[in-house]
Amino acid sequence: MAQAMFRIWRGDARGGGFQDFTVQISDGMVVLDVVHQIQAEQANDLAVRWNCKAGKCGSCSAEINGHPKLMCMTRLSSLPLDRPVTVEPMRTFPLVRDLVTDVSWNYEVKKRIKPFQPRTPDAADGTWRMDQRDVDRVQEFRKCIECFLCQDVCHVLREHQLHREYIGPRFYVHTAALEMHPLDVANRLADLRGPGGLGYCNITKCCTKVCPEGIKITDNAIIPLKERVVDEFYDPVRRLFRIFRPKPQPPPAKGAPEAEPEPTRTAASSSAPR
Amino acid sequence: MRRDAWWLQPTLVFLGLGAFIVYATWAAFQGVNYAWGPYLSPLYSPLLFGPHSWFGPEPGWWPRWLVFSPALLILWAPGGFRVTCYYYRGAYYKGFWADPPNCTVREPRKTYWGERRFPLIWQNIHRYFMYLALLFLVDLFVDFVRSLRWADAAHPGRVVWGLGVGSIVLFVNWFLLSGYTLGCHSIRHLIGGGRDLLSAIPKRAQAYNCVSCLNRKHMQWAWMSLFWVAFTDFYVRMCAMGMIRDWRIF
Ligand code: SF4
Ligand code: SF4
Ligand code: FES
Ligand code: FES
Repeated sequence: MAQAMFRIWRGDARGGGFQDFTVQISDGMVVLDVVHQIQAEQANDLAVRWNCKAGKCGSCSAEINGHPKLMCMTRLSSLPLDRPVTVEPMRTFPLVRDLVTDVSWNYEVKKRIKPFQPRTPDAADGTWRMDQRDVDRVQEFRKCIECFLCQDVCHVLREHQLHREYIGPRFYVHTAALEMHPLDVANRLADLRGPGGLGYCNITKCCTKVCPEGIKITDNAIIPLKERVVDEFYDPVRRLFRIFRPKPQPPPAKGAPEAEPEPTRTAASSSAPR
Repeated sequence: MRRDAWWLQPTLVFLGLGAFIVYATWAAFQGVNYAWGPYLSPLYSPLLFGPHSWFGPEPGWWPRWLVFSPALLILWAPGGFRVTCYYYRGAYYKGFWADPPNCTVREPRKTYWGERRFPLIWQNIHRYFMYLALLFLVDLFVDFVRSLRWADAAHPGRVVWGLGVGSIVLFVNWFLLSGYTLGCHSIRHLIGGGRDLLSAIPKRAQAYNCVSCLNRKHMQWAWMSLFWVAFTDFYVRMCAMGMIRDWRIF
């Protein structure tokens, strides 16, 4: 069996440092396997968060050789093992201990985003009709597993710590899923431009590169949202036209169900954003 | 901390864009050798002033201290289009401004404004440059068609159709610029991306899909077209200076 050296960050908010571990490795192992092995054999108190070991729960986010990745989806065969492999907690969030960070800021941000607000139901029984073509686009955003790797890599949060003025790529994806949803009638553009801090994003695409779900965050969520914000606030001709345009449709009638629309033959089932 | 060659990509962007800027600036200030036979360099098109131009010879108001070059009158438009392009923005913020130098690499400055206020809030003007860029595509296609019309050596004053390598170079230039321009994020938005109900606008939805298809490779189109614009100018310039002979296919 081959050996490899792992350099794992140990410590808490007060401080810490890297600790080296030599481990036996075998074919098919992922970084999370190594961390578990170290936890079982060499450092029983090593803190690590994980759940599914299948790249679907978004718990095991960390920085491997400086790249934000899911530990459970990073095969050792994809890493150079002639040098120590570093494993660190996500840098953007407060450290709890070892590899575990406190990502609760994200949940607070999510609460501030206007929730799904469907238009008045299309049918008398309180259901809606959607065209598959209209939900196709938001389907991509719904693949998000909330691993927050994109938040971790985004330099606006990571480097400039603008957590108070900026919601980050994960929540641009979330907002895009709502804004582009065929049934949703709420307008979140002023929020995006103001407290959402969309203008801070300088489209450097680091978020897209790290997303384990392959969501094209920058091209399909952020830039389209930036363009919508331009429509609303920065395009002088548009603004002029808006003066003469009829007012947008009113919000849904009172009593309209808030829940996810019932699937119908033309409706795609899981398309209301979570 | 990253241990891979993270500096490589921003360095390549810096060198690539830097080389283009240096060449294009040099070529724009030449004011000569931008046309040969029926060929016109894309850096000088549309030719507003000068021989065979839209508005006649050098205008009287041109400042004396500045070398006369018709390129200086038009290059701001395609230049502005590229500078405000979403792809280039992300690339030069890294390559020229280290903001960030690359993903997860520490930055040299503490302050950060992003595109939220002056000056970078002006990047939002991109769609207006895009409208101009569409006009340039028409203009460059006209240039290509004109490049097929040669003065007839046997009958002075008459023109004949013909094809030289230069026309192919001009056509490739137009083609690559079309791929780049038509994949623009602003077009993608305006053609349909800005609407939630694409099914209600089926024609535009189709166009949206085409633009999205080009958009997926926007970076590649951006670099290929950038290189080819410079190369096209170089080709025409070399012909005009007599350094190479254009090969006339028929
Ligand atoms: S593209 Fe924008 S959101 Fe994504 S990492 Fe870069 S600055 Fe952050
Ligand atoms: S968008 Fe991608 S990287 Fe960001 S939280 Fe969702 S799955 Fe993770
Ligand atoms: S353990 Fe669930 S994503 Fe890694
Ligand atoms: S986004 Fe690149 S040209 Fe518009």
